Amino acid sequence: MSKLLGMRCRECGAEYELAATHVCEMCFGPLDVVYDQAALKKVVSRDRIEKGPKSMWRYRDLLPVEDSAPLVTLGEGMTPLVKADRLGAELGLRNLYLKNDSMNPTNSFKDRVVSVAISWARSNGFETIACASTGNLANAVAAYAARAGLECFVFIPVDLEPAKVVSIGVFDPNVVAVRGNYDEVNRLCSQLVESTPWAFCNINIRPFYAEGSKTLTFETAEQLGWKLPDEIIIPIASGCQFVRHRQAARELVEYGLVREDRVPKFTGAQALGCAPVYNAFKSDTPERVLPVKPNTIARSIAIGNPSDGMYVNRIALETGGVVEAVTEEEIVDGIRLLARTEGIFTETAGGVTIGVLAKLARAGRWNGDEVVVAYITGHGLKTADVLASANGHSRRVEIEPTLKSFREVVKI
Amino acid sequence: MPQFRIPGPLRRLSDGQTTVDVEATDLANAIDALDARYPGFRDRLLDEKGELRQFVNVYLNDEDVRLGAGLRAKVHEKDEISIVPAVAGGRRRA
Repeated sequence: MSKLLGMRCRECGAEYELAATHVCEMCFGPLDVVYDQAALKKVVSRDRIEKGPKSMWRYRDLLPVEDSAPLVTLGEGMTPLVKADRLGAELGLRNLYLKNDSMNPTNSFKDRVVSVAISWARSNGFETIACASTGNLANAVAAYAARAGLECFVFIPVDLEPAKVVSIGVFDPNVVAVRGNYDEVNRLCSQLVESTPWAFCNINIRPFYAEGSKTLTFETAEQLGWKLPDEIIIPIASGCQFVRHRQAARELVEYGLVREDRVPKFTGAQALGCAPVYNAFKSDTPERVLPVKPNTIARSIAIGNPSDGMYVNRIALETGGVVEAVTEEEIVDGIRLLARTEGIFTETAGGVTIGVLAKLARAGRWNGDEVVVAYITGHGLKTADVLASANGHSRRVEIEPTLKSFREVVKI
Repeated sequence: MPQFRIPGPLRRLSDGQTTVDVEATDLANAIDALDARYPGFRDRLLDEKGELRQFVNVYLNDEDVRLGAGLRAKVHEKDEISIVPAVAGGRRRA
C-alpha cells in the first residue's frame, strides 16, 4: 500500500491526485503531498532511522518517494552538526551549533531536494529534468541528472558567478543563459512548463522536491540526541525550505521522534539588497509580501518575488522567531567571522545567515544558554569572488626564500 | 485589443482558450471584461477587497504590475497581459 495519499491545497484544502502539478486550480495556492500518517506512525521509529543509510535517505519513510522507486543519490545529507564554541564565545552563545550543509555532494543543501525530485521524476516516467536557478539548484540538478542518465535543461541568469557556471557546465547539461534576473528566469520557466513534457524541479514537481528540505531539520534533531533546538536561523530565498523545516518539526513531534513537543523558534535571514520578506515582516501586514528588484552579492538567495514569503512570516510570528536582514558589508563580515572562528568557508548566503545571527546576538536576543542552530547552506568557493574583490587577505606578506627575509618581515 | 494569456490551471474557465482579447483601458476593467466573457475569472484573480490575490502574478508586457501601477495600469492596443501562478503552473502533458 502506498504511503502517499495525494496532494492538498495549503490554502483552500482542495484535494488532488499525485501528479506533476503544484498549483491549486481553485485558488492558485500551493499543493502539498499528503502522507498516510496512521500507517506511518506504526512504522517510523528512532531505531529504524538509526539503522538506515548514513545519508538523508534514512528518513525515506517521511519523503514522497515510494519504497519501490530506485533512488538517484550521491550520498547527500547527514552533514556535520558542529558545536561552534569559538563563534559562540564571540556572540555570547554557549550552545551554538552549525549544520554544515555545504558538505553535500555539490556543496549546497540543494542536493537534498534534487535527490528527492529526480528520484520521483524518474520513477514517474520523466526523461528530462529542468530547473530555474540562481546557481546552486542548477549545479545539483546537472549532477543528479548525470547520475541518473536523464536529459537536463538548466535555466540560469546570464550573469551568474563564474565558479557556479563552471561547476554546472562540467556535468554537460543543456544550459540556457537568460538575459534577466532570477525572477525573470523563473517566470519564463513557469510559462515553458505548460508546453514541455519536462519535470521542472522547482515548478511542476515542487511538492515533491520541497519535501527533501525537511531532512535538514530531521538530522539536526537526531544529531542533538533527538531534541529540537530552541531556535533555528535559516536563509530565505523563496521561503520554500523555511516552510518545510516547520513541517519537519511538526512531524518529529507527531511521530514521537523527539522527547518534547516544544517547537523551535524559526528565524529567517535575508540580505537588505533583496529583502521582500523582511520588509513585510517589519510592516503592519507581514503576510503581504511585495516583490522587489534584487541587488545583492547574496545571489543564491536573491529572489525578489518569493513564493512562500507569506508563510515564512506566518511561521516566524507563530513560533516566536523573527526575520532580520543585513547589509552587503555585514554579509562579507559574516563569511569572514565564520571562517576565522570555526574553519568553515561559506558562500554569501551563509554570510547572510551568520550576519543575522551576529546582529541578533549583539542586540541581546538571547541570554546565552539557548540551543541555537544556524543552517550553513552552501560552500564559500561558489562565491569566492566577493572576497577577492573585498580587498583580499590583510595578513598576507611576501618574502624572499631566505631566513633573513622571513625574520625581517615576520615578527614571531 | 489587449490580450490575456491564460495559464493552464485557469483554461477550464476560458473553454480551453489560451488567449482572450478584451476591450479595456486599464487592468481593472480588462479583468472585468474577461470576467464578463468567462465568468469566474474575477474571483480567481482578485480577493474580497478587489486586490490581486497573493498567489497570482500579472505581467503587462513582461512587467510585473505589482512593481508598477497595479490594477490601475493602463492597457493599450496589442498589450499582452499574462496571468502566471506565483510559483507557476501547469500539468505534464499526456
